[in-house]
Amino acid sequence: MTTQVAVADGLFTWPAREPRLIASRGDDGVLSFPARSGEEQCLLGRRGTLWAFTTQQFRPPSPPYDGNDTDETFQPYALGYVELPGELLVQARFTEADPAKLRIGQPMELRIVPYTTREDGTEVLTYAFAPVPEDAEVAS
Amino acid sequence: MSTPDVAIVGVGLHPFGRHGDKQALRMGAEAAQAALADAGTEWSRVRTAYVGSYEVSNPDAIVGLLGLTGIPVRGVFNGCATGGTSLQMAAAAIRHGEADVAMAIGMDKHPRGAFAADPAVAGLPAWYGQTGLFLTTHFFGTKIGKYLHDHGVSTGSLAKIAAKNLRNGSITPHAWRQKPLSEQEILDAPVVNHPLTRYMYCGPDEGAAAVVLCRGDLAREFTSAPVYVRAAELRSRRFGAFELQSPSLPLTSAPSPTVDASRAAYEVAGIGPEEVRVAQLQDTDAGSELIHMAENGFCADGEQERWLAEGATEIGGRLPVNTDGGLIANGEPIGASGLRQIYETVLQLQGRAGARQVGGDPRVGYTHLYGAPGASAVTILSR
Repeated sequence: MTTQVAVADGLFTWPAREPRLIASRGDDGVLSFPARSGEEQCLLGRRGTLWAFTTQQFRPPSPPYDGNDTDETFQPYALGYVELPGELLVQARFTEADPAKLRIGQPMELRIVPYTTREDGTEVLTYAFAPVPEDAEVAS
Repeated sequence: MSTPDVAIVGVGLHPFGRHGDKQALRMGAEAAQAALADAGTEWSRVRTAYVGSYEVSNPDAIVGLLGLTGIPVRGVFNGCATGGTSLQMAAAAIRHGEADVAMAIGMDKHPRGAFAADPAVAGLPAWYGQTGLFLTTHFFGTKIGKYLHDHGVSTGSLAKIAAKNLRNGSITPHAWRQKPLSEQEILDAPVVNHPLTRYMYCGPDEGAAAVVLCRGDLAREFTSAPVYVRAAELRSRRFGAFELQSPSLPLTSAPSPTVDASRAAYEVAGIGPEEVRVAQLQDTDAGSELIHMAENGFCADGEQERWLAEGATEIGGRLPVNTDGGLIANGEPIGASGLRQIYETVLQLQGRAGARQVGGDPRVGYTHLYGAPGASAVTILSR
């Protein structure tokens, strides 16, 4: 079985059947993602709505990007912000890369996805949001 | 009316573009010498200087090329707002009595392609860079995509802006991009960050610009056509502003630092947006220029569609914007970019802008910078 590791500790709960992003709450009650050291941690909701999006059509400068692709094999992805109701706007990659299939206001749900594979075959996981059907929208 | 405190009496530019192995410092020195010649004076008359750059670690080393006169010289870096910051500090030095003649100089020499850095330089965690989020370009696609959606503006307006700036560049002898493109060619070009195509973005490049400033009451010693600094304001972002390099944002929003800097500048100058006759607005991409038309108070959100359809921001329009082609036609050597805006505005106010001269004898000009991680500089100039 393929070994999987999270790109960073403390970013999302993993392994978990329903992973959550880890935020923190300051003394003033303001939420931060990623969590700030020294603040009380809290888990964010898994569902929200698409607030804004764009696409990344060229391979980001590497380093710091560490995808195991090349300028030739790079697969564009979409990214932007998801509004988590009552919490915050979180920036994320999306599982859907086609901007024609994204619509501001549509429901989105958290996923944990591999974004690169190391030389030893280990898959590195990050968080992303996936469009989900309107009728699947429920309070999280 | 009494003479304003600070005047610009000389401007100089080293063309932006690609210049082989020519050093940034040398370009900066040439721009400075051009500005001094424009003011009819010499480096020995300058009492302090602010020198901006991203790539040159010790921009104050320019004294080695200009002359070792012992004056205080300070290196400046403030992201994309560097040029405006240098100008603002030179003007403040004059106002505070530290110097009667000061210079603001900017230069840079960037490698090709998108800016690349370790996210730690911006206080962000490593994963943000590893997963492909630490880039400036996608912010601009995200912001304009949201803006077009919220205010009912079409992508055709983005093409109109890019076409205008490339057309203005084609009649600007020192511009980097000299070839006009049609709106259709711009729309059909490869997408960089949806909905922005390749020709809607500026590129990093090389170049330098310089400005000689003096106490307002001394201006006529240097030139018969001084341009006065009526306001030079800088603002950083407030909590909730939608900014570059933000892994998360609060649900309650705040205006962009552009809005804050702009309002402060109008107030300090006692001049309103309706009096401005020529403006240089940060056009990192066509979407930025579109948004900045509203954020700087020239039109309401969404009115850009009509303004652009009417050609209002063309050289012959009621508010010409980016008359030398802006960043889209000149590229962005970060340390120099804001001083290029000043150079262009001074030429326009003095009637020296040649084929791209704005008609109607403009008396008030406006310059605006914006960039990571949320800083904006606005200058209002008048004859």
